[in-house]
Amino acid sequence: MLKALENISAYYANPTRFMRLADRLRAPLWALALIVLAYGLMRAMNVPDDYQQGATVKIMFVHVPAAWMALFGYSFIFIASVTALVFRHPLGHVAARAAAPVGATFTAIALVTGALWGQPMWGTWWVWDARLTSVLVLFFVYLGYMALWQAIAEPTRAARAAAILAIVGFVNVPIVKFSVDWWNTLHQPASVSRLARPALHADFLYPLLIMGVAFLLLFLALTLTRMQMEVLRQKLRMRHMRGPEA
Amino acid sequence: MKVFMAISATHMRLAWRGGHSGLAVAFLFIAVTLLPFGLGPELTLLRALAPGLLWVVLVMSVLVSLDRLFQEDFEDGTLDQLIGLGLSLEAVVLAKLVGHYLAVIVPLLIGVPIAGLMLNIAPSHVPGLMLALGLGTPALVLLGGIGAALAVSVRRGGLLSVLLTLPFYVPVMIFGAAASKTALAGAAAMPALAILALLSLAGLCLAPLAIAAALRAAIR
Repeated sequence: MLKALENISAYYANPTRFMRLADRLRAPLWALALIVLAYGLMRAMNVPDDYQQGATVKIMFVHVPAAWMALFGYSFIFIASVTALVFRHPLGHVAARAAAPVGATFTAIALVTGALWGQPMWGTWWVWDARLTSVLVLFFVYLGYMALWQAIAEPTRAARAAAILAIVGFVNVPIVKFSVDWWNTLHQPASVSRLARPALHADFLYPLLIMGVAFLLLFLALTLTRMQMEVLRQKLRMRHMRGPEA
Repeated sequence: MKVFMAISATHMRLAWRGGHSGLAVAFLFIAVTLLPFGLGPELTLLRALAPGLLWVVLVMSVLVSLDRLFQEDFEDGTLDQLIGLGLSLEAVVLAKLVGHYLAVIVPLLIGVPIAGLMLNIAPSHVPGLMLALGLGTPALVLLGGIGAALAVSVRRGGLLSVLLTLPFYVPVMIFGAAASKTALAGAAAMPALAILALLSLAGLCLAPLAIAAALRAAIR
């Protein structure tokens, strides 16, 4: 099993092979993502209004999956960075770099939709609550990661520095989470994670899970497309350095 | 050990002679001077806010002081020479950080009670604040070193390393400010103080590894 995985990963270390696979996967992945997203949105729109929150409860169907993707995105960057740094897989840096703006955007969506929901429900756009604050810090971590990639001109140097930051930052995120929880908590506790008896009615739960899958597919499609862009950009750079006749 | 001390001492001497220590302390005081302009000169308000404000100002001073911590050595090749001394890069990094702490952070800490007088801090709050700062500042220097090392090859990396470092300062700020709010660091402050010490010790073990890795990535 492990051997097979090793063989597969070694096979796709060649960028040309990866590009061939990605070309084949890209269109179906996008199509699937858009179909699931459309279906999820339709289900979400038909959900009955909440007896307390009214129609604003529908914001949840974007807000919660976006927050999931914010965390998933950073975990993805962490795993890709470890793959690149420890196993020296050349696609690791590419994947990590490609995923960063996608994850950052989902984090921003979670923050903005949260504010839009907070205004009618809590009466304020922003509160210094633990969950909000830790997501905001996560957003800054994303920004720092992207800024580091951008600031270092030499690609191999930038890749190593960014991977180290991703790993150190991954250790930091739970510590931040713990400390802001200790500091101040107002946000409602997670209501989906209790799988045995979720606090969420099935009418809400299923559309939410479908939206979660849709956002995950969207994340993968965007990241795959950006990975291809990154490989192409590297090729262009090499050609540029070799000169026009090569 | 001899080499370790020599590196620390050199860093200290350079910080003193270059005016770096004095500049950091001047930054602390000018920042404190700006606060009443923004918040108003009412002494009761300032007294209530003083411990938290001093934490924020000190964190900013530490951040500013860490700018170019490794950069000069990186640019003029001193770093390569230091690696050739037979000491591991992790130890070299730690030696420099110790030197920085003694030469720059200790003068800042001495300045804090005086800056506290300017903010009308309650005298009973001072020991607790100093205890929390004493336990928390090693973590600030160690974590800030990571940001400085990651941005070492960037020519104007000051703002970048601030952006990289601030997320790491959130836990230290939270527990530091919480510990400082309790007068005389009574029993209520103990958990926060213990966690501060934990953060500093964890930073002592892990930060030199990360800093050395970041510097190696830049040298190659």
